[in-house]
Amino acid sequence: MEPILELSGLTKVYPGGLKALDDVDLTIRKGEIFALLGPNGAGKTTLIGAVCGLVRPSGGTMRAFGHDLACDWRRARARIGLVPQELSTDMFEPVKRAVSYSRGLFGLPPDPARIEEILRSLSLWDKRDERIMALSGGMKRRVLIAKALAHEPDLLFLDEPTAGVDVELRKGMWAIIDQMRARGVTIILTTHYIEEAEEMADRVGVIRNGQIIAVDEKEALMAKLGRTEAHIALALPMQTLPPAIAQFPIGIEQGGMSLCYRGGDGTGRGKAEVADLTKALTHAGIDYVGIETRESSLEDIFVSLLGENAQ
Amino acid sequence: MIAWRSTWSIYKRELSRFLRTAFQSVLAPVLTTTLYFIVFGAAIGGRMPDLGGVDYGAFIIPGLLMLTLLGETTSNSSFGIYMPRFTGTIYELLSAPVGVAETLIGFVGAAMTKSLILAAIILATARFFVDYSIAHPLFAVLYIMLVAAAFSLFGFILGVWADNFEKLGIIPMLFLTPLTFLGGTFYSIDMLPSPWDTIALANPIVYLVSGLRWTFYGSSDVNIWISFGITLTFLAACIAVITYIFKTGWRLRA
Repeated sequence: MEPILELSGLTKVYPGGLKALDDVDLTIRKGEIFALLGPNGAGKTTLIGAVCGLVRPSGGTMRAFGHDLACDWRRARARIGLVPQELSTDMFEPVKRAVSYSRGLFGLPPDPARIEEILRSLSLWDKRDERIMALSGGMKRRVLIAKALAHEPDLLFLDEPTAGVDVELRKGMWAIIDQMRARGVTIILTTHYIEEAEEMADRVGVIRNGQIIAVDEKEALMAKLGRTEAHIALALPMQTLPPAIAQFPIGIEQGGMSLCYRGGDGTGRGKAEVADLTKALTHAGIDYVGIETRESSLEDIFVSLLGENAQ
Repeated sequence: MIAWRSTWSIYKRELSRFLRTAFQSVLAPVLTTTLYFIVFGAAIGGRMPDLGGVDYGAFIIPGLLMLTLLGETTSNSSFGIYMPRFTGTIYELLSAPVGVAETLIGFVGAAMTKSLILAAIILATARFFVDYSIAHPLFAVLYIMLVAAAFSLFGFILGVWADNFEKLGIIPMLFLTPLTFLGGTFYSIDMLPSPWDTIALANPIVYLVSGLRWTFYGSSDVNIWISFGITLTFLAACIAVITYIFKTGWRLRA
């Protein structure tokens, strides 16, 4: 698919010596939702800042829509929108005027119909004449999204769009992101909520200490790094594994009262293997009283990736 | 190429910020000017001789105008850029396809407009207290615009430099206002005894007050072209500093 953003060797070293981005290579494809995951201080916001012009990179190249962001930044930035993590906006301004200002700032002529459409899509039309300071936190965040959409960007950065909002509002935000994707907007979002990436993203990137340590399709990443975990409660305690089941990746736990299976690859192979294991137990005359299986989530993968990388 | 729509948006927004506090913005200079005229014009001015053939009350008008202009223009402009930095809303300006030209024309144009409105208010207020005429009205408007532009840029630099409210206020309070008071606002440099009349010429504000006074009454302490040249030099220096700030991202981009 056509790349919309290409980062190559992107590096940022802050004056104190902190290396926030370390030789980052990343390509974002047109029309996708890309989730950038990472712990606090991993470099997510710095990466967004570098592309959007808030941070001066120390090295590397950035190209958006084929334009070099160092030389041809005006044409590139005109097509990029940013929703920052902090609720930063002029709190004294009425909603509609603030959104119209954003459109004008990006050099587009006034278009009241388009502003109305954006505000309606974000359920802000009824609040259009209210000062931003009078709105709730969730509404303020929606105003920031409206401001970022006012110039009709093709590439939108959402920096922790659901940080600090309740579950209901978070789901509402996901619906908004879905609408944007339907319009053809390419979205890069950073998040702490793995569930959010799991729900929304086409591809996932994991960043740690300024380095991208994994980038893949969400399904591919889960297939590659996913695991099945099964706990089989035994009727009688077991001291050693009998040869009939020794070929399975299992271990004894809870003083011999339970077997623990950890295997598979996230494609369902683990579930099939657990079924084979239960058949083998039956054939070997080993009685069991319960089975509990669980597929690893993106969060498990994220945690294990960070763990491996730290070692 | 300048993105004029972006420039216009910045200009409109800055003016709307001014209009949001219009009552305070208008009332403060009216009150201050009135107090100065009561104290210096009526109470003390009545006992002062004419200066260069100009009534003392009228003589102080250009100085008072300059005093308000420098303070208001610098603080308006410095707050204009400092507040977005402080609140984080500057992200929008930095991530937009606008450069130094659009930003400066937008911010400085708005600050100049505010200054011209303030100047008009002060002159209208002064009319209630003294009779005066302006010898070179077009030159006066041009000179006020030039000074307003220079000090808007200066305020912009101040707003970028300051990293707290104390720093934001310290330059206008500790340097600008004292220098303006000592810059011939209420007296002619000729009235100072030697060597203070010479030392006073090291104060750059002397040239600004003197230049504006020339546009009002056709005479001044310093040659008008020297005043004009110094104002232009200051303007050019500020533009150079701001261009450097945008080029390097100093205090704006991380």
